[in-house]
Amino acid sequence: MALTSDPPAAPLTKEPAAPATDLVVVPVRHPWRWVAVAATAVLLVQFAHGLVTNPGWEWDVFAAFFTTETVLKAVWVTLQLTFHGTALGFAIGIVVAFMRLSANPFLRSVAFGYIWAFRSIPLIVQLLFWFNLAYLYKELSVGIPFGPSFFSFDTMGLVGEMSAAVLGLALHQAAYAAEIVRGGVLAVDEGQLEAAASLGIPKLRQVRRIVLPQAMRSILPNAANEVISLFKGTSIVSVMAIGELFYQVQVVYGRNGRVVPLLMVATAWYILLTTALSVVQHYVERHYAKGSTR
Amino acid sequence: MSSATTVEKTPAGTTAKVEIRAVHKNFGPLHVLRGIDLDVRAGEVTVVLGPSGSGKSTLLRTINHLEKVDGGTVSVDGVLVGYRRSGNKLYELREREILKQRTRIGFVFQNFHLFPHLTVLENVVEAPVSALKRPRKEAEAAARRLLERVGLADKAESYPKQLSGGQQQRVAIARALALEPGLLLFDEPTSALDPELVGEVLDVIKDLAATGTTMIVVTHEIGFAREVADTVVFMDEGRIVEQGPPADVLDSPRHERTRAFLSKVL
Repeated sequence: MALTSDPPAAPLTKEPAAPATDLVVVPVRHPWRWVAVAATAVLLVQFAHGLVTNPGWEWDVFAAFFTTETVLKAVWVTLQLTFHGTALGFAIGIVVAFMRLSANPFLRSVAFGYIWAFRSIPLIVQLLFWFNLAYLYKELSVGIPFGPSFFSFDTMGLVGEMSAAVLGLALHQAAYAAEIVRGGVLAVDEGQLEAAASLGIPKLRQVRRIVLPQAMRSILPNAANEVISLFKGTSIVSVMAIGELFYQVQVVYGRNGRVVPLLMVATAWYILLTTALSVVQHYVERHYAKGSTR
Repeated sequence: MSSATTVEKTPAGTTAKVEIRAVHKNFGPLHVLRGIDLDVRAGEVTVVLGPSGSGKSTLLRTINHLEKVDGGTVSVDGVLVGYRRSGNKLYELREREILKQRTRIGFVFQNFHLFPHLTVLENVVEAPVSALKRPRKEAEAAARRLLERVGLADKAESYPKQLSGGQQQRVAIARALALEPGLLLFDEPTSALDPELVGEVLDVIKDLAATGTTMIVVTHEIGFAREVADTVVFMDEGRIVEQGPPADVLDSPRHERTRAFLSKVL
């Protein structure tokens, strides 16, 4: 029977017959992992060494400008743009999201159109449009549509540079916020709505107490991304000559020619504040994770 | 006179009768309910049996207007559910009015649908406070009494995820009871439970049956039906095939389809 595939009758007693309880488990070794670790470490050390020894970084200049009044004021403007852009953007976004979820096809289409338009127009183009609003409409007025007006404002006076920037950022943000909020609301189990409806809980209360707190769990990580990207995106407003962080830093290095250390000033502030936002995100997420196991 | 005000006139805690007349329901091309007539007397327990897809859950959901009907009427204690009749026309009620009607009808779901971000106590208190405008203190005291009744007094501060399926369903029953409804609807309340947890939930429902609240229970638990039901209804393909006391329907069914179904589940 030489052609059968029976295993050869190997001598099973080659190994010393130790009882199973005495056997030691040896994990598999990963020598290449250690090589990769060494290579990465060398690169990191080289980079750190460069930061310290390369005179081009001009750390003294960095230190001199990091907390000057001009820079601090610019940081404040950046924070204001971020805060107002986010607040207004998400306020509009929530409205647009619920319009898109509405049963009314007209409201649905308008919301869809809004998102389509504002996601399609580059932020910088939009900002320049808002900046030039006074060219299109000299006067803004409150009154009966197509009828007489009660108040009117000079566009130039009402929509200053700062409001134009906030408006542009917010309207852009709203399109993304709307989709994030809608995604969060859709992620809430339909059974939750049925349960709330079967208990006769009033509609607005259903949204506020049952739907939104649960939607927040999937909204928050995306919303935090948006806030952080808006925060950094405020640097784009520098095209409108608004004194936010990036613009101000450019002004300073335009004057003294110390480009790299001043870019590092801006970089350090962006990193610092983004870190602060991430910490806030962590605690807000923990608040909304109540009752959840993960 | 709007039906919403009629609902208010019925004192809480009293038990309601249900009349279902010629109810039809389509899901697209699917004719799920094909003319249902059913009377449930006040204080009685009706158990609805039938193969899956027979329309029994849909029927239950039309009773509190979670499902709109395409024809026919449902009324609870003589008040139309979801519509107002004027002459020969049925006007659909506003959502606010429908929500108000639902506070008189408790509904228990197969998958509990507790609010996961609220504690057990908050789950039970939510509807009395927001829908019935009860003072929170009073509602909490009532909620604790209900939790004790379903054997979960010590779980008031827990979150739903920390409870077993059977415990969650008992909380869901307490939540439905918090509105002191005159009618309780159960949609396969034990179908999502591990076999060893079914008993604790059925015990709670049996206790409720003894208090004389009108109940309609969709279930596959034949033993429960035999023990608790005043009337057993057998449904198939969107119609009521037969109904009667459990001894008749379960032990000597007249209809071939009932016999076939029972031989499979018993």
